[in-house]
Amino acid sequence: MLDQHRAPIYDALLRYRDARVVPFDVPGHKHGKGNPELTEFLGKTCLSVDVNSMKPLDNLCHPTSVIKEAEELAAEAFGAAYCFFMVGGTTSSVQSMVLSVCKAGEKIIMPRNVHRSAINALILSGAIPVYVNPGVNEKLGIPLGMSVKDVEKAILENPDAKAVFVNNPTYYGICSDLKRITDLAHSHGMAVIVDEAHGTHLYFGENLPISAMAAGADMAAVSMHKSGGSLTQSSFLLIGKGAEKFGVTEGRVRAVINLTQTTSGSYLLMSSLDISRRNLALHGKEIVEKAVNNAAYARVEISKIGGYYAFADELINGDDIYDFDRTKLSVHTRDIGLAGIEVYDYLRDNYDIQIEFGDIGNILAYISAGDMWKDIERLVSALAEIKRRFAKDKTGMLDHEYINPQVVLSPQAAFYGEQVSMPIEKSAGKISGEFVMCYPPGIPILAPGERITEEILAYIRYSKERGCMMTGTEDMEIENIKVIV
Amino acid sequence: MDLWFSEPHTPDVKMSIRVDRQLHSEQSEFQRIDIFESKEFGRFLTLDGLMMLTEKDEFIYHEMITHVAMASNPEIRNVLVIGAGDGGTVRELARYDTIEHIDMVEIDKRVVEVSKEFLQQTACSLDDQRVNIVYDDGLRFVRRKENCYDLIIVDSTDPFGPGEGLFTSEFYGNCFNALTEKGILVNQHESPYYADDAKAMQRAHKRIKEFFDVCRVYQAHIPTYPSGHWLFGFASKAIDPLTADIEKWNSLGLKTRYYNTDLHRGCFAIPNYVKELLENAN
Repeated sequence: MLDQHRAPIYDALLRYRDARVVPFDVPGHKHGKGNPELTEFLGKTCLSVDVNSMKPLDNLCHPTSVIKEAEELAAEAFGAAYCFFMVGGTTSSVQSMVLSVCKAGEKIIMPRNVHRSAINALILSGAIPVYVNPGVNEKLGIPLGMSVKDVEKAILENPDAKAVFVNNPTYYGICSDLKRITDLAHSHGMAVIVDEAHGTHLYFGENLPISAMAAGADMAAVSMHKSGGSLTQSSFLLIGKGAEKFGVTEGRVRAVINLTQTTSGSYLLMSSLDISRRNLALHGKEIVEKAVNNAAYARVEISKIGGYYAFADELINGDDIYDFDRTKLSVHTRDIGLAGIEVYDYLRDNYDIQIEFGDIGNILAYISAGDMWKDIERLVSALAEIKRRFAKDKTGMLDHEYINPQVVLSPQAAFYGEQVSMPIEKSAGKISGEFVMCYPPGIPILAPGERITEEILAYIRYSKERGCMMTGTEDMEIENIKVIV
Repeated sequence: MDLWFSEPHTPDVKMSIRVDRQLHSEQSEFQRIDIFESKEFGRFLTLDGLMMLTEKDEFIYHEMITHVAMASNPEIRNVLVIGAGDGGTVRELARYDTIEHIDMVEIDKRVVEVSKEFLQQTACSLDDQRVNIVYDDGLRFVRRKENCYDLIIVDSTDPFGPGEGLFTSEFYGNCFNALTEKGILVNQHESPYYADDAKAMQRAHKRIKEFFDVCRVYQAHIPTYPSGHWLFGFASKAIDPLTADIEKWNSLGLKTRYYNTDLHRGCFAIPNYVKELLENAN
């Protein structure tokens, strides 16, 4: 048992500062003295520990002392065999997972409602996706988890696949049966990698869905900066106990990470991971309980307004909604005649409230231990006001968030294939060479290699009209799209 | 002994009152509550170190936050008071026999209890039979109400603490919805003088304007509040305090020390720089 009260990177930075070391190394702002405006804005404390790798502070690419110790502490706290500190966001964790288990031309089984970072990883690696269509909830229109039956079918049809990728929980808080999927994949010799970007808290809360490490997965990408409290862009990549049976070793994964990760890892990000891990290890149970209670209270109050549906564990069906993450505050808005994105915009523009995202039929307000009760009251009251002032007739509203894709080419073949740009409105029938998505949530409507259909174009048009932030194409206006020649 | 209470009015300005003795101090669930006794101002209540009232000048604030609306519409029967745990606003309201019911929503029960113990001057009417005290968040309480109050008085702390939610669009919208068709909303509207207070004042004005046809601001001179120059908001669905027949109020025979019907008309005459701030509140 390690002492989770320790925070080795944090302690090393304090020692460094107390030693009043004279910096003749990078960064050139020299503890902020060379950039007074930035120091004024971010604070002297912050700038004084924005430093570079050195012996007493270890080196992220090849950790042997304080970073290694911090990573081992984090591994123990999360029940992992090893934990890598990541400074390129969970995007880089997801990409490193995929690159660690699949070479070019090898198959990976995954749901299609993944974050773009997962499909980006396929472009980088040349791995071939075998998509499992997620279930779809008819009322809410949202994509769900994968059913075990569908995963089994994909495994049996593709016995040569190297890995199964699970997105758990989804942005909306929906969980698949991770334990059974893991056991099933393992029994067919496939590795299990989990995008757990929205699941840091599962490791510490009580009565929450099972975490990837507890389910026996081989790797998990954990966004510490979401529910873990660390700084934006900091993340963990966990290796499961027993992962070496599926070719996943600490050394190999580090080599993969070092292909793309910076050699100047930020000590602000790393110390934030170190301190946040300590906080979770020591107080995680209460922290998560507070978020669960905040979300539960908000759901009750939002339901009292009427018209909104703040969904939760009543959706659980033992299959593609195997479990629900109760820290999530997802609210279905279509019954008041407003798209989620419209409610999202009203909240910000009229009430100075910024939520995580709004899509076609739902909003997601991110709840954490950092929420003050009075802020929750504001959110609920603002939703009541939006209904009173802006509710409309819901006729004619689009009712689904997800369209099953027709995959024609692998993402890599399409991305590097010969492409030509054309007006998106005329592109039906062509194969897309680009992504199109609303961001957030960043789940592609179209990915490279997929057939563009009239249904998809109608969806894109509708999303634009309602005010979604569309991204993905080279054309910043999303008027033109590159298609495969 | 040289014991002083000091409150910063800006980072560079502070007001100090010599304290004879401290009568009470506690950290409640929501804020720090202190009662002091002073030679100049008598007893005074502070919340999180900010002056709420002194025995010497509270009459100005409490008369002005109630009588302007009460004179503008003598038919007010049902009143909601938000905040006001010290009881001063309720004391003034309770003087009207025409008022049938007062809901007072205070988030912090301890403020009421401490006021009852140490500030009988303001807390004296909190046990009036018409008064129903609810310990709840004002924002939460009001969003469940519709078309039921003739007057809502927002006697809140500054918008940088537990009172923050009472300076928001959602709150003013909820109040609009809770008011009857002749309903009036009076709020503590901060000060126009120091920059941070002025910004809070502008934000509140901008948001109230979104909802109410009549939206005016009036002023009073309150020595112990930052700059001494304090504003109140008067918003209504139908009643304009400048054209309302306020002379009837005089026949009630209420004895007041600050408010009178001449002042009623005069207090809406505001300085040019304040007018500009209000016009530029966007």
